[in-house]
Amino acid sequence: MAERYSSFKVGGRRWLWQRITAAFLVAVLAFHFFLLHFVNHADEVTFGMSQGRMQELTYFSLMILFLLTATFHGVNGVYNALVNQGLSGTQETAVKAVLGVASIVLIVQGVRTALAWAGGVPI
Amino acid sequence: MSQSYDRGLVEDFGRWREFTAGMWAWIFHKFTGWVLVGYLFTHIAVLSTALQSPDAYTTTIQSLESLLVVRILEVGLLAVAVFHILNGLRLLFVDLGVGLESQDKSFYASLVLTGAIVVASVPTFLAGVFG
Repeated sequence: MAERYSSFKVGGRRWLWQRITAAFLVAVLAFHFFLLHFVNHADEVTFGMSQGRMQELTYFSLMILFLLTATFHGVNGVYNALVNQGLSGTQETAVKAVLGVASIVLIVQGVRTALAWAGGVPI
Repeated sequence: MSQSYDRGLVEDFGRWREFTAGMWAWIFHKFTGWVLVGYLFTHIAVLSTALQSPDAYTTTIQSLESLLVVRILEVGLLAVAVFHILNGLRLLFVDLGVGLESQDKSFYASLVLTGAIVVASVPTFLAGVFG
């Protein structure tokens, strides 16, 4: 048998979570593109229109989940691609820390923006 | 036991002429993944102008959307996203044990479908930018 060839470590859960988030993102990313380019047009975007959508709890929570899953899927993908290219040891630890901090910054900034549109959690 | 074969290193780009469909799919999936994660950070940064003021957000988005180069980049983003979605579905099915034997055909189908969706979307993505 040829040597094992994968971007993921044996026995890890990252592979499974990458697939679970992928299945969710396939649907939500397609919805996001369709809603914001075909139903609404990108050049007609105003704060008020974004606010109107974000004040709906269903849309707000979907977008927060979209942010969380996209960040995980993207950053986990980058991490695994680098490990696949031979990243290991101290460099791997450093990259993991940088990616972890970048993810937190992205999520915090995304949630703050969502809250600015919605004027707080729309419950 | 699953079957596998030694198809050599995909990282050895110098032998790209020998690459099989599956290897091209791997490369395109990595490339589109890098573009999408880069865009995700850019996207949140641009949307964050909403934290400044409603006017700053509306002006920023509408100014960007008035530029032809931004619209063309958006078409590129659509191509990248559609391919990543379709090839991602292909990977999910292969992981579930469906379609491994025809994985090369499903890669070509992903490419053709991506091309068709992108071409059909060009009028919508460029609407209003010329006047």
